[in-house]
Amino acid sequence: MTSLSGRSKVVVKKEMTLAERMYLPAILGGVIITLKHLFKRKATVKYPEKKREFSAVWRGQHVLKRDDKGAERCTACGLCAVACPAEAITMTAGERKKGEENLYREEKYATTYEINMLRCIFCGLCEEACPKEAIFLTDRLVPTEFGRGEFIYGKDKLVEPVDNRVDVTKRQTPAVLEFKKHKNLSHNR
Amino acid sequence: MSEVLTFKLILVFSIFGVTLLIAMYSTYLERKVAAFIQDRVGPDRAGPFGLLQPLADGVKMFMKEEIIPNVSNKFLFIVGPCVAMLTAIMAGVVIPWGGTLTINGTQYNLQIADLNIGILYIFGVVSIGVYGIMIGGWASNNKFSLLGAIRASAQMISYELAMGLSIIALIMITGTLSLQEIAAQQGGGVGSDWNMWNIVYQPIGFMIFIICAFAECNRMPFDLPETETELVGGYHTEYSSMKLGFYLFAEYINMFTSSAVMATLYFGGYNIPFINDLGLDPNVATILGTVFFFMKIGFFIFFFMWIRWTLPRFRYDQLMNLGWKILIPLAIANVAVTGLVMILMD
Repeated sequence: MTSLSGRSKVVVKKEMTLAERMYLPAILGGVIITLKHLFKRKATVKYPEKKREFSAVWRGQHVLKRDDKGAERCTACGLCAVACPAEAITMTAGERKKGEENLYREEKYATTYEINMLRCIFCGLCEEACPKEAIFLTDRLVPTEFGRGEFIYGKDKLVEPVDNRVDVTKRQTPAVLEFKKHKNLSHNR
Repeated sequence: MSEVLTFKLILVFSIFGVTLLIAMYSTYLERKVAAFIQDRVGPDRAGPFGLLQPLADGVKMFMKEEIIPNVSNKFLFIVGPCVAMLTAIMAGVVIPWGGTLTINGTQYNLQIADLNIGILYIFGVVSIGVYGIMIGGWASNNKFSLLGAIRASAQMISYELAMGLSIIALIMITGTLSLQEIAAQQGGGVGSDWNMWNIVYQPIGFMIFIICAFAECNRMPFDLPETETELVGGYHTEYSSMKLGFYLFAEYINMFTSSAVMATLYFGGYNIPFINDLGLDPNVATILGTVFFFMKIGFFIFFFMWIRWTLPRFRYDQLMNLGWKILIPLAIANVAVTGLVMILMD
């Protein structure tokens, strides 16, 4: 049967020549390859000292944002928890008391807010679901720990400090804000 | 007399220390070479460039739990690694580490014992080394250990034959079994005492010798006794803590010793070409020679590792084929050709 494409090759099991049967030329070739690799540039990035450059929209450790006056934006609506495909987010809602207006932006707030970083797949759906611009993924890495319990991040690790704000302007672009205005899109409802 | 004895004692302890130190840093070098060949950087956390890594590994080995299997033969289980370590260290006794030092008019040889049967001594000691592996594998009472031990002994005995035959051709040329004399014969400079290294006369012999050395040290293309992919850990499957450390250490010491033997037999030992023509002080020349000798050893150790990360492992029947059907006939032919050439040259 003739090949239509003409690209197929017939495999022949040919006898090895003397040089091939001695293996030494082949071994020499292999040795030269490994020697070349000895002097090649290394692929390793020495992590804690040197960090690899991240993309502008890298999805790393989450942050719970505060507004301009320093009040927490999260209102514990639970949309992020519903959106989360990995079931990593839990929270309990509480009511704001008098005198706490500078702490929480709206009457309802999250008394506890926990993300299990071992469950999280860093897809960013929580960020997309959030109607209050409260949760964002940042370019920070989740550090390693010795125990599983330490990977459940509470508000102490998630909420940004007042005096040390986390910059999310690269993720919260005007295009994104415009997109979130369309209430007819399913995830904005 | 006592001065000579003191000198020998110092030499014994320094050689012992240097052997252990080099074996220790061979583990570091192995990991570095492996990493560099695979485009990684290797251990670099403990100390500058990771130089304290062997210490950390040693501490780790000591701290590990010591497990002696219930069903093992406990006495033999402990004897195994001891024998392996002992024989590995003993082989360094006859190697000439340098020329002669002259202190206060007395000449001191930089060799612990100048046996006139030096090569035979090394072969004898290395053969006992098989027992360390064999005893350990047998005493573990584990099928993987036993398989590894059987493979090790079969392999080492097979390759010792070819190794011995390759040496015979060399001995025919040099006319002596003493390593000191073989090393001295390869020295010289311009003029009447001009000598080549033995590699020039015995390239095929050297090739057989180095292949057999790989097999004797259970190094990579022939590391069937410990094939981690099929035998878990081979003969040291049941070993833990420092007893495992002894086995691994013995392997590196064997590597060091066989590198030293190769450098002595085929690459001029402690001789630097043309060193006699520079007109240096004899003591300085001796020390330089020793340094040069260790550089040769270092190169061979590196070569061992280089090959390890280049070639895949042999299958067991291929290993036996290579040993019995190729290397031994080749070695015999080498002996015959060498003899013929020697007769014709006369």
